[in-house]
Amino acid sequence: MRHGVIGAAAALAAGILLGAPARAQSGHYTIAVSLPTADHGWTGGLLYDAKQEAALLEHAYPGLTVIVKPSASAADQASALEDLTAGTKPDALVVLPYDSSQLTGAVRRVKAKGVFITVVDRGLTDPAIQDLYVAGDNPEFGRVAGKYFVQKLGHGDVVVMRGIPTVVDSQRVAGFQQAIAGSGVKILDMQFANWSRDEGFKVMQDFLAKHAHIDAVWAADDDVAQGALRAIAQAKRSDIRFVVGGAGMREVIKGVMDGNAMMPVDVSYPPSMMKTAIDLTVAHLVSKAAVRGTFLLSTVLITKDNASEYYDPNSPF
Amino acid sequence: MSNAAARAARPRRIDPASLAPFAALAVLVLVGTLLNARFLAPDNIANVVTRASFIAVIGIGATFVIAAGGLDLSVGSMSAFIGGSAILLSNASAGHGLGTALAVGGLVAIGGGALCGLANGLVITVGRLEAFIVTLGSMGIFRALTTYLAQGGSLSLTPDALQDLVRPVYFGSVLGMPVPVLVFALLGGVAWVVLNRTPFGRHVVAIGANEEVARYSSVAIGRVRTLTYVIQGGCVGIATILYVPRLSSVTPTSGLLWELQAITAVVIGGTSLRGGNGRIWGTIAGALVLESVANIMVLSNLVSEYLIGAVQGAIIIVAMLVQRSLRRN
Repeated sequence: MRHGVIGAAAALAAGILLGAPARAQSGHYTIAVSLPTADHGWTGGLLYDAKQEAALLEHAYPGLTVIVKPSASAADQASALEDLTAGTKPDALVVLPYDSSQLTGAVRRVKAKGVFITVVDRGLTDPAIQDLYVAGDNPEFGRVAGKYFVQKLGHGDVVVMRGIPTVVDSQRVAGFQQAIAGSGVKILDMQFANWSRDEGFKVMQDFLAKHAHIDAVWAADDDVAQGALRAIAQAKRSDIRFVVGGAGMREVIKGVMDGNAMMPVDVSYPPSMMKTAIDLTVAHLVSKAAVRGTFLLSTVLITKDNASEYYDPNSPF
Repeated sequence: MSNAAARAARPRRIDPASLAPFAALAVLVLVGTLLNARFLAPDNIANVVTRASFIAVIGIGATFVIAAGGLDLSVGSMSAFIGGSAILLSNASAGHGLGTALAVGGLVAIGGGALCGLANGLVITVGRLEAFIVTLGSMGIFRALTTYLAQGGSLSLTPDALQDLVRPVYFGSVLGMPVPVLVFALLGGVAWVVLNRTPFGRHVVAIGANEEVARYSSVAIGRVRTLTYVIQGGCVGIATILYVPRLSSVTPTSGLLWELQAITAVVIGGTSLRGGNGRIWGTIAGALVLESVANIMVLSNLVSEYLIGAVQGAIIIVAMLVQRSLRRN
């Protein structure tokens, strides 16, 4: 399903590039994109992707305006949504809410003005508001990692570094626990590392001090994994067989391609889902393509074989 | 003349309150050991003390600022900003040899820190603005500039040879002492002498105790106050030199909330948030307390990972209550 829709979107984008269809040329459309500011690696990639796609589509389609508006907090984003719709009305809003419950009301007010709503990644508490929902599969993100641990380790003790306490994090951890349930893989310890390199370093140092033997580490995020690797190198511990991060950071994908033994795989959760969301929204406006519904990206285990598909040497993430 | 105000603010005998942070640290070490004997393992102690070095070094600078009745909320963002700038300029000069790159990075960190501090200080003194507002503003500016430099991603030292060259600054040790620990111990010694045995140090405390009295005692208030921010900036530069080699990179989250940790370390150390006194060694003990609490939380299995923040907050409040009760006696 995923490939089908992406293929359709790509074909549409290509169609636009080759000379937009006559009926589309007459229309002028404005899309507002509201997302969190680049406060860590993944959101940095998100903003980069949003801007890239905006430039690409505006170039391909002269009648189209894409406004990309990053916000520094949930309150900030609520104000931004008011500003984007004050006096003027975009045809569509692509929104990655900072916080699900806090922004549901703000997005509902935009919807009430008759704007097409595309929600990305973090769902609203009332799904009836959205026309289109594009997201990664968070429980699957945990399950894919968990299955890899079971297959690779068989039996072993792992430590888990959680993200920022959010629904996304809980779903991932639940998926991981579900995948290893009944297997020989046991969780020795779990701590929050807040999707940060420095926290990853600290928490790993403490895990190493606390546990005499650790078989593998699920860092659940590539930034955290980078910090954890430094701590392991410093401790000169040879018991840890591998670290699995997640999301698809440029350096990590490069490592997977080059056969890095400590980080042999990665779990995809690409910020480029923002591109998918913007593409589908434009497809709806320009060609009345049927896009209403939910579009869940599959989570893929990135190995040496498929890593090149996920590698963008220019991405800041 | 000018010493009168300072002398009034200085304790006449050994104040039991000045020992409180060390007592708190001792209690924490005891508790940590009881909860998990691995707490006292040499590796773990080295990890914790080394990790505390950033906040200890920044806290030494913050002791000057706070003793003079000021406040600097921008230190964490400033560290990320000058770290990012130092990495970019080191990388750019790596073509002229790794030694050049190293020198450039070091100079940018310390010089950049001092300049950022000077900017904060001048806006506060010449512009006659509240330190809280000015440094809140510069906190946002430095953070956004870092994010801009990194384009939301991360900035890393390249080539790898440069990473290898700087790594011992964080991971190395001299005579069994980790380098960052030597740095904050030496810096602490120098700072103690400056704060307690020089006219400048007495002026810092004097304007914190009572600016009006200090003014009548012909203390150059603007100059002294500005200098405290320059010292703070220089300390942030040194902390950044220790920080960057650890992960060889700076991200938009580097140094997040360091300002609050540094202020907490200063206050745990016995310096009044209102100014008028400054305790360098207390600040260092405060930084060690903060880092130990976090370490003990992870090492023990007592507390759910959801509740760690609450326990940390409670421990800090209890430590402050103990300190207050010692001061009354």
